[in-house]
Amino acid sequence: MDDKRFALTLREAGAKLNGADGEAILDFSSVRRVDSDALHALEQFAQIAGEKGIKVVLRDAHIDVYKVLKLVKLTRRFSFEYCSAQSPRS
Amino acid sequence: MIASGTLHENTRVPSAAESLSPERIAYLENLVSQARTAAAIFTQFTQPDVDRIVKAMVLSGLAQAQHLARLAVEETRLGVMEDKVIKNMVACEFVYDYVKDKRTVGIIREFPERNLMEIAEPIGVLFSITPITNPTSTVLFKCIVAIKTRNAVIFGPHPKAWRCCAEAVKIMYETAVKHGAPEGVFSCLESPTIPDNAYLMRHKDVAMIDATGGPGAVKAAYSSGKPALGVGPGNTPVYLEKSADLNAAVVDIIISKTFDNGTICASEQTVVIDDEIYDQVLKKFADLGAHICDEKETKLLEHTVIDPQTGFMQPMAVGQKAADIARFIGMAVKPNTKLLVAPIRGVGREHPLSVEKLFPVLAVYRAKSVGEALKVCLDVNHAGGIGHTAVVFSRNEDVIRKFGEVINAGRIIVNSPGAIGALGAVYNDLVPTFSFGCGTGGGNSTTDNVNIYHYLNIKRLARRTQNHMWFRVPNQIYFNMNAVENVRQFPSHSTVIVTNPALEQMGHVDIVRRNLAPETQVHVSVIPDAEPEVNVILQGVEELNFYKADQIIALGGGSVIDATKIMKLKYESPEADLEELAAPFLDLRKRVVQYPTEKKNRARLIAIATTSGTGSEVTPFAVLTDKASGRKVTLADYSLTPDIAIVDPQFVMSMPKGLTADTGIDCLTHALEAGVSNYASPYTDSNAMQAIRLAFKYLPIAYEHPRDEEARSMMHNAACIAAMAFSNASVGVNHALAHAFGARFGVAHGRANALMLPHVIAYNAAVPTKFMPSPYTQGYVAHKKYATIADLLGLGGKTVEEKVEKLIAAISQLLDQLGFPRSIAEWGISKEDYERAMPDMVQSAFNDPSWRSNPRMPLMNELVELLWKAYEGRGAAARTGVAERQAL
Repeated sequence: MDDKRFALTLREAGAKLNGADGEAILDFSSVRRVDSDALHALEQFAQIAGEKGIKVVLRDAHIDVYKVLKLVKLTRRFSFEYCSAQSPRS
Repeated sequence: MIASGTLHENTRVPSAAESLSPERIAYLENLVSQARTAAAIFTQFTQPDVDRIVKAMVLSGLAQAQHLARLAVEETRLGVMEDKVIKNMVACEFVYDYVKDKRTVGIIREFPERNLMEIAEPIGVLFSITPITNPTSTVLFKCIVAIKTRNAVIFGPHPKAWRCCAEAVKIMYETAVKHGAPEGVFSCLESPTIPDNAYLMRHKDVAMIDATGGPGAVKAAYSSGKPALGVGPGNTPVYLEKSADLNAAVVDIIISKTFDNGTICASEQTVVIDDEIYDQVLKKFADLGAHICDEKETKLLEHTVIDPQTGFMQPMAVGQKAADIARFIGMAVKPNTKLLVAPIRGVGREHPLSVEKLFPVLAVYRAKSVGEALKVCLDVNHAGGIGHTAVVFSRNEDVIRKFGEVINAGRIIVNSPGAIGALGAVYNDLVPTFSFGCGTGGGNSTTDNVNIYHYLNIKRLARRTQNHMWFRVPNQIYFNMNAVENVRQFPSHSTVIVTNPALEQMGHVDIVRRNLAPETQVHVSVIPDAEPEVNVILQGVEELNFYKADQIIALGGGSVIDATKIMKLKYESPEADLEELAAPFLDLRKRVVQYPTEKKNRARLIAIATTSGTGSEVTPFAVLTDKASGRKVTLADYSLTPDIAIVDPQFVMSMPKGLTADTGIDCLTHALEAGVSNYASPYTDSNAMQAIRLAFKYLPIAYEHPRDEEARSMMHNAACIAAMAFSNASVGVNHALAHAFGARFGVAHGRANALMLPHVIAYNAAVPTKFMPSPYTQGYVAHKKYATIADLLGLGGKTVEEKVEKLIAAISQLLDQLGFPRSIAEWGISKEDYERAMPDMVQSAFNDPSWRSNPRMPLMNELVELLWKAYEGRGAAARTGVAERQAL
């Protein structure tokens, strides 16, 4: 997932949730910034996942992005996991 | 800003009973939600991002300055269009000039020398109230400041100015979003109401309220429970003092008072004029287009432009032209009259024109003296304008400064127009603003001109600092046999040798006397062989004064040298208050009580040690006994350090065995405590370790073979070296306990130390109940340093715990060798006496400054425990804290 196609990618992923079961992992390692479109898409994604009982995991979310989600109170709707070593300045 | 309830419908305190329709609530919720999202997204923006947006907004504001000014005048029917254009431009250009190069994102300031940096954190969503008097300029200003600081703002404009404000917000918003700002970053309430304000002020997602409005709005903001920036009402007093440039002053006042028809709350309200220039000043006002009201006209103004019920200005007059006001109330003036000048004779409700008048009516007062002028200005200041703005015109610096001291105003404008001066950046270097903080007097949290730093949470990142340390010892130390010969090189007319009877009898004084330069007049002051008491000190000082001593030689053990240090202090600085100088302190650099630096007399202090323990010849400490309370008082200051130390073993060759043991253990305790002290440094460590090594090797020999010159010499050096360590690293809890116990039961200091020592080592080497805060040490290292000492002594052991145990055992063995009792009980003190003394000893030990550098912070109950362990005796020590040491 990258910044530019974020909202679109997320909508596509939302559509695929039908076939998923249990857990959906979104790789956020290349997302450096989110805008209001992206937030909206994330919220929708979380809603769809919630309705289907699917846990959404955001993997390697950059701390600046995580802070935005925290401020808009979206973090409670996702799980977060960190696999790769991130530089704080990256 | 305006002290009129009727003028500001949106400024009264909102009532909880006032309700909003579901549609209105949804509307407000939507604004907050958008703003919250925008604020969150905004946190990702960089400094260049916001600077780019701000510049574009400023250019838009400048381009639309006239359009917005026209809208403001059309909607509010207040003020002067041309002046509002200027205000809009100032809000953009001057504010931009101030903010453009300032960092507001990330690290905004660094103070490398203090290891501090400041980091900006946006506030989030602000709810901002804007006034009717400066509607669009205030909006432009707040939008620029908000974007610069990455905040989102919901504007709540005055109900009679909301359209022009909405237009200003729209212009700023569209430009900001076009240049990358998050959507929803600004919004403006349409048809705002008091319940809207109340709802938003209490909304959980609104982080702060910025209320630029009347006192009601400000009070509502502060009452909401949210952090708020509020500005208070004004009533600007002006002192026109006789030394002022009158031409300039009158023009400045007219500029300010007529600017936008007086709607700026910082504008001049009452001018207090010195009697000598009063007529001249009024003539100048008249010459420049003001109308000077006669008594009848003044009365008419009082009854018409001021509400007789409330005592506040009438809304109908606010922002109107002088000629229009005159015409409206039936006063005949020239059509081009700029200003109505009304003489008043006092301040308060009986003098209605002494209040704030946001229109071109200016009260003037004739003052007979500077004192009366300042008094009237203060009265005006307190008649509704505390904390806001005041103006003084004068060339007399004393008058200007006194005015500044007396008047309570956030902005005290000197020799320039009040209104424009207070806005900042035009006539002075004040921060440009459209929001004047009025301090607590105005019910505000700040007296500042509100700007970017008030729109930020400024976080301070404080790195650990290590204060400078020191290693201070006497200028000169002479050691080895016959080192006393060196006293010859110090010229003196009058030398007083302070000593005790035993040393004089032993011929030590004669040895010193023989080595002094022949021209020296030598006097001997013999003091009792005991720890110094105040009366002994004062008697000694009398002798020093009598002989006009220029050199003092302390010849003796710790008691004599300590006494002489204090004598010198009192001789040189007779006002020195010993009790005050003994006041407790934590850090030498920050101590409250400073030792005197002014000296009535000056004398060189040479300390010749005759025991090998205290090391007082090189230390900055002196212990004084207060016989009445049975307590010891420790004086500590590097000014007490002797100028020259003589460490000559010939003076210790005849020390009796008991004294050799007591002083030797004192030396060892100094070195051990300095070694694990929180103030230990590589400099003190090198001394401490060497002293420990020497003491372990030579103390038993000196004890068993008193005439062994090498052992005596090395122990004498060890005492001095250990003292150099603890002079700079201090001692620890062992000394605190020994002082308390020794003073209470009359036990020699070294012996008291010995009774505590094994227990204290075990205590310090265990996991502390409470760590001692110390910027000088990284982690807890006391146990490791004891282990290093064990290694140095070749005691063996594989682990830190084993090494600590071996060190305790070695010390115990040494104490046995030196014939020390194994316990206080063995020393012959009954359990009952000891128990009775316990509360006092614990209190005394806790008050002792010695433990402040101990690695482990002693709790009161731990002091009790240590004292009991010392009572019970050695053997307990080795068992103490083994498990804890293993955990470290």
